[in-house]
Amino acid sequence: MLSHFFHSQFALGVAECLVAALLALAVMLLARKRAPGLLKELPIAEIRGVAQIVAVGAILAFMLRGPQWTSLLVLTGMMLAAASIVRNRAKQIPRAFLLALTSICVGAGVVLAIMIVFGVIPLKITMLVPVGSMVIANTMNTQSLFLDRLRGEVTSHVGEIESALALGANPDAALLPYLNAAFRACLIPSVDNIRSLGIVWIPGIMAGMVLSGASPLFAALYQFVVLTTIFSASALACFVSSHLVTRRIFTAQEQLVLR
Amino acid sequence: MPAIFQLACKNLGRVLPPPEPRTLLAEVNFELERGEVLAVVGPSGSGKSTMLRLLNRLDEPSSGTVWLNGTDTHTLVPREVRRRMGMVMQRAYLFPGTVGENIAFGPKQHGRTISPDEIEAQLAYVGLTGYASRDALTLSGGEAQRVAITRALANDPEVLLLDEPTSALDEAARLGVEALLESLIRERHLTCVWVTHSIEQARTMADKVLALKSGRVNAYGPAAEVLRA
Repeated sequence: MLSHFFHSQFALGVAECLVAALLALAVMLLARKRAPGLLKELPIAEIRGVAQIVAVGAILAFMLRGPQWTSLLVLTGMMLAAASIVRNRAKQIPRAFLLALTSICVGAGVVLAIMIVFGVIPLKITMLVPVGSMVIANTMNTQSLFLDRLRGEVTSHVGEIESALALGANPDAALLPYLNAAFRACLIPSVDNIRSLGIVWIPGIMAGMVLSGASPLFAALYQFVVLTTIFSASALACFVSSHLVTRRIFTAQEQLVLR
Repeated sequence: MPAIFQLACKNLGRVLPPPEPRTLLAEVNFELERGEVLAVVGPSGSGKSTMLRLLNRLDEPSSGTVWLNGTDTHTLVPREVRRRMGMVMQRAYLFPGTVGENIAFGPKQHGRTISPDEIEAQLAYVGLTGYASRDALTLSGGEAQRVAITRALANDPEVLLLDEPTSALDEAARLGVEALLESLIRERHLTCVWVTHSIEQARTMADKVLALKSGRVNAYGPAAEVLRA
């Protein structure tokens, strides 16, 4: 219907955004008594979200005319932003920014590099930036989940952890059950995404590829590639994080500081 | 410091760092020979638990020295200090797994395997015959604390630190665990620092008493003298 009134692609896009934003506001207005604060937050979040994504679109449009290496700059910027967001989520863990940055860089960086070397992800800005951003964003979410769950596990098991230390255990041994619980919990959504692929949801990248003319079968297989890449990056980032985090929540004298 | 003392400390203290600097404990001195029991008494918040945590370095002292059998504990790795000073806390804090796995945990940390027969013998001593394969998290409070005591002793510690180990138990369990601790201390000639609220317990068990008030030593000396005052 909108296409009857708007003839340029940009105007149509803006109109579609308005419809989507108003629909979200209408739903929140309907449910305003459940979360009044969210109704106030939503318009700001919508304006911020659309401004950010339009800015990225503009940068992409500019980069498409520039050299390939600029995509690495964008991905590096994304990793820095992702680490900063994780740090805000895990403020109680000392030096969380560096921890998150190292983990995301190793997790997302190594997995993306392997996929590029094998040619699975083409070294083109149009592929590398969108797929890379999906991998980084999901790795960030998994990192936040991991650190938040670990904080919860540690603060609710201070007695058990200090009992283990008091029996002569080193911090790694004292923390092991809680690291394992946090590692498992943070990867459940990624595993469930792979498990439910095609049955519960058909993610955006597949829809986008089909819309831009790719064969649906190839788009489907590529969607699996993207999701498993996301899983590998998330799992590797959390694995790295699980090795680095112990030194941050224990002192050099092996005393628990997170409580 | 003469090596005769199993455990001694001089000017032991802890001050919280900024932004909220506060003295938790200051200038604690005591000396314990092998087999002696020191009762640490005082109101809540007087620094009793802090003192135990500083002794086995679960917290870092801001000042003072602790000697274990004549060795300055700061020259040892913290886990070595903790292994040599067993600690029983107010609650048992058993690990998920069987009772036997809990008891084997400490020795396993320094590469020693404890045999099932040895575990059974230790459990029999604390009145828990046949408990080795039981799920540790299904035990009653009194049973769990008995396992925690056995777990601490499985490391063959030179000193036993008891942080009000019966304060979270009901009356019947408390009496049982106290009787067990008293017999363990006497029969095994254990050197012990026992934080307690009970003056009666201090009178019965302790050779020396250290009374704390607001993080400072209010009185220290032979039990009979301190408790008479």
